[in-house]
Amino acid sequence: MIVAYTVLAERKVLGWIQGRIGPNRVGPWGVLQPFADLLKFILKEDLVPDKSTKFIYFLAPLVALTCALLPIVVYPFGPTITTVDWSFLPYGLGDGITRLPLTIAQIDVGVLFVLAITSVGVYGIALAGWSSNSKYSLMGGLRSSAQMISYELAMGASILGVVMLAGTLDLNGIIYAQITSPFRWFIIPQIIGFVVFLIAAFAETNRVPFDLPEAETELVAGFHTEYSALKFALFFMAEYVNMFTVSVMCVVLFLGGWYVPGLGRIFEPGSIPYAAVSHVAFIGKICAFLFLYIWVRGTLPRFRFDQLMNFGWKFLLPVALGNVILTIIVVYFLNS
Amino acid sequence: MIGTALFFLFAGFAIACAVSMVYQKNPLYSAVSLVGVFVALSCIYVTLAAPFIAVVQILIYAGAIMVLVIFVIMLLNLDEDKPLTRLRYLYAVGGGLGLILLVQTMFIFYAVLRAPKDPVDTSQTAGKSLSIGQAMYTEYLLPVEIVGIMLLMAIIGGVILVRRLEPGQLKLVVDSELDKRHEEEEKDDYRIAF
Amino acid sequence: MEPSLATYLALSGILFTIGAVGVIYKRNAIGMFMCIELMLNAVNLTFIAFSRYYADTTGQLFVFMVMSVAAAEAAVGLGIIISFFRNRISVDVDDASILKN
Repeated sequence: MIVAYTVLAERKVLGWIQGRIGPNRVGPWGVLQPFADLLKFILKEDLVPDKSTKFIYFLAPLVALTCALLPIVVYPFGPTITTVDWSFLPYGLGDGITRLPLTIAQIDVGVLFVLAITSVGVYGIALAGWSSNSKYSLMGGLRSSAQMISYELAMGASILGVVMLAGTLDLNGIIYAQITSPFRWFIIPQIIGFVVFLIAAFAETNRVPFDLPEAETELVAGFHTEYSALKFALFFMAEYVNMFTVSVMCVVLFLGGWYVPGLGRIFEPGSIPYAAVSHVAFIGKICAFLFLYIWVRGTLPRFRFDQLMNFGWKFLLPVALGNVILTIIVVYFLNS
Repeated sequence: MIGTALFFLFAGFAIACAVSMVYQKNPLYSAVSLVGVFVALSCIYVTLAAPFIAVVQILIYAGAIMVLVIFVIMLLNLDEDKPLTRLRYLYAVGGGLGLILLVQTMFIFYAVLRAPKDPVDTSQTAGKSLSIGQAMYTEYLLPVEIVGIMLLMAIIGGVILVRRLEPGQLKLVVDSELDKRHEEEEKDDYRIAF
Repeated sequence: MEPSLATYLALSGILFTIGAVGVIYKRNAIGMFMCIELMLNAVNLTFIAFSRYYADTTGQLFVFMVMSVAAAEAAVGLGIIISFFRNRISVDVDDASILKN
C-alpha cells in the first residue's frame, strides 16, 4: 500500500516534468522547476469572470482533477508479494498478511471502472466551457465533449478484444492472462486493437493531433480560456494525469503490465526483488508511452473538426468493431 | 457500522440532489444535480454487492446519457424556466398528487416487508461480472437480443430525427407556421376592432 | 439503524416521488426527460436491493435492460427535442400545441 501511495505522489510530479525539457534555472537541470511553477500558480491572482456561473465555475476544475486521479486506485503497480513474512512489523501490523498486492483496491471490474471514471471527466471540460460564459470557452467545451463521446466508443470497442482473450475485467487478471498466454504480450494478437486504442487515447486526452478543444490559434485556449491561477493549474494537472492514465491502460492491456519475460528465473516470483524489478519495468514502459506523447506533439499537425469526426465515426469505430468480430471468431475456434 | 453511515450519507446526498434537480430553474443546474444522484446511487449499489452494475451505472448514465443531455443544453443555449403565469394553483395540485403517490409507494413497500431481514450471503457469486454474463447469454438470451434490436432502432430513429431538412421542406414548414401565426394575429385584430 | 431492505425501498420510493412531482412541475422538455430518468433510477434501486436480499442475479440483469432502454430513450428523446427546438425555438412543452386546433 505504501509503495503504491509513494508511486502516486511520484506520478503527479512526473506528469509535470514530462512536458518540460527546457527549464534549467531552478535547481540542478531544472528539477525543481515544477515546484516553482506550482508556487507561481498558487500565488497568482485568481480572476473570476464577472458573468460566469460561479458554482459550476468552481466545480469544473475539481471534477476534472478528481476524475483524473480516481483511476489510480485500481492500477496494478506490481506483482503480489507472497514470500515475505511480515510479522517483524511493530504493533502486530503484519499479522495475518500473507499476500501483499501492489494495488490499492482490487476491483473485479477494473477495466470498466477506469473507462467509467474517465468518461465522467468530460463534465469537467464541458462545464468549464459553459460556466465561463465566453464564446471561445463554449466552443472549446462543445468540441471537446463531442470529441470525447465519439472516441470513447472506439476506445471501448478496442479494449473488448483484450478482454475476450483474457476472459476477465480485472486489470491484474489481464496481466496474469498475458503471462500464461503463448504470446506473452497481447499487442501481438491484438495489434489492430492496440493501434485503435492508441489513437482513441490521444483523442480522449485532447492531445495533438486531436487537441481541437484547446486549439490556440483558433480558440485562444479553449475551455480554460477564462481560468487563471490555481484553477488553471488543476486543469493542467488533470490533463497530464489523464495522459498517465491512458499510458497505464496501454501498458496493462497490451504490453503485459509489470511482467518482464524471464525474470522468474532470476528471482523467485513473489519475492521483494522480483516485485521491485517488475515495478521498475512497469514505470519504464509507461515512461516510454509518455515520451511517445510528447514526440507526437512535436511532430504532427492538427486535424480539422469535420476530419476528426469523420475519422472517428467512419474509420476508427468500424475498424475496432471488425477487430472485435475477428477476435470472437478466433477465440471460438481456439476454444472448440 | 461504517456501511450504515455510508448508506445514510449517500441516501441523503441522493435525495438532496434530486430535490435540487426539481427545484433548480436552470436546466444545466438540474442536469448537474442529476449526475450527483447517479453517482450517489452507484455508491449505494457498491454497498449492495453489485459492483458491475455500479460501474455500468456511471458509464451509461453519468458518462453517456447525461453528457448527451448537457451537450444538448449547451447546444440549444436554453434559458431558465419562466414561472407559470396562469393556472398557478396547479403547483399545489401537483404537490398533493406527489404526496398521495409517496404514501401509495410506501404502502406497497410496507406490504412487501415480509421479505428477508438480513442480506443473503452473496459474496461468492452474485454481482460478479462472470455470473451476470453467464446469466445474460444463457437464460436471458432472448431479452438481450431484443434490447440489441431496440438499440439499433433507437440509433436509426435518432439519426432520422435529427437530420437537417432539405431547404425546400424547411421552407414549407416555416411557411405554414408563419401563415398560421398571421391568421391568429388577424383574428386578434378583429377582436380588438369590435 | 442498520439499513434493511425496507430502508432501500423507502429511499427508492422517495426518489420516485420526487421524479414524478418533477415531471408535473417541469415545463421544459429536457427537465421532464431528466425527471423520468430519475424515476427509472429509483426503480433500478429496488431491483438491486431485491437482488441483494434474495441472492438472485435476475434483478441486476433487469437493471441492465432498464439502462439500455434509458439509453435508447435518451437518443430518440433528445432527437425529438432538437428537432422541436429547430421548428419552435423553444423546448417548452406548452408550445407543442400544433395539434390543438
